[in-house]
Amino acid sequence: MAEATATFDVRRKGTAGVVDIQGDVTAGSEEVLMNAYESTGDITAVILNFTGLSYMNSGGIGLLVTLLVRARRRSQRLLAYGLSEHYRQIFELTRLDEAIGIHDTEQDALAAAGAA
Amino acid sequence: MTGSNDEQPVAANRDAAHWAKMVSRLKVSEVPEGATNLNVDGRQLTSPIQGFGKMWQKTYVVRLPSERVAPVDLIATWRRDFGEFWPTGNHVYARLTGIEPGDVGLLNMKMPGLKLSTGVMMLYADDESFTLMTPQGHMFAGWITFSAAQQDEATVVQTQVLMRASDPIFELALMMGGHRQEDRFWSQTLGNLAAHFGHPGAAVDTKVVCVDRKRQWSRWRNVWHSSAIRSAIYMLDAPVRGARGLAHRQRTAA
Repeated sequence: MAEATATFDVRRKGTAGVVDIQGDVTAGSEEVLMNAYESTGDITAVILNFTGLSYMNSGGIGLLVTLLVRARRRSQRLLAYGLSEHYRQIFELTRLDEAIGIHDTEQDALAAAGAA
Repeated sequence: MTGSNDEQPVAANRDAAHWAKMVSRLKVSEVPEGATNLNVDGRQLTSPIQGFGKMWQKTYVVRLPSERVAPVDLIATWRRDFGEFWPTGNHVYARLTGIEPGDVGLLNMKMPGLKLSTGVMMLYADDESFTLMTPQGHMFAGWITFSAAQQDEATVVQTQVLMRASDPIFELALMMGGHRQEDRFWSQTLGNLAAHFGHPGAAVDTKVVCVDRKRQWSRWRNVWHSSAIRSAIYMLDAPVRGARGLAHRQRTAA
């Protein structure tokens, strides 16, 4: 129902695809996020860069679960970095942190993904 | 583009007030008259990641003429009188002033041959949406988002469920008619909501998508927390509890 208010730009780093998130992530971001994901190509891990995130509601969290399912289907790992303390707590509250590896920096995430 | 390790998160946390505060386990602070408090206290929340069955996204939508009600007013009413719109025989026990992020509501649901006791926590709420998340033992692991938005000349009201059955028994129950029952439940709820705003008989559109066909067999142990099994045991134990209560009262009177 909502319109997209975020951008998702993809960079290739070794065998990982880094998705730079800017703006508000809501249910309206689904098409843009999934298009970005599809453009990552043949990778072993998807790393979400939340450094530019300005807002996320429960619809946004739902999108991440859907993305996780797609990544698992392709045997890809899903990792994240750049989360503020607030969003780290939301990942913990919603228990997304049990399936999405959370890291402080991009280098940490790349190393964990074995793509550094 | 971004990506430097020197960058700091820019999120201003303008959504901070909309989210529930971090809790590791649920706590029911008070039990309203008539409510059964089972299967909620001390339980962890569960997202679809922790569930067992196939993952489904179910969307129920009803459109109201925008002159009837604005999205913000509709959501305010829905939050305040949440349980009032449920089909007859099902009860939600929450604060009379309306549910707020972090609030835990007790649910007593009418199931075939069983009064199922479980609960939900308000995970997120803003002016145009709110989301409930389920605890361990609930029929499904996941969340339900209720939202309203203006589209052309209509106020579009939506309930969206992202879920996996919590355990193998609930998965079987969903396959054996539970999905249909749930579809009816939310269609009736949206119908009741539409009727409240002067639009009885409004058509409710249902869209069901299987997000993940794989079952998570490693989660079969979730059955230990099953609210169905524990509610059934609680019901069967009722005569024993009644006899104990009577004996206790007689001893006290003597």
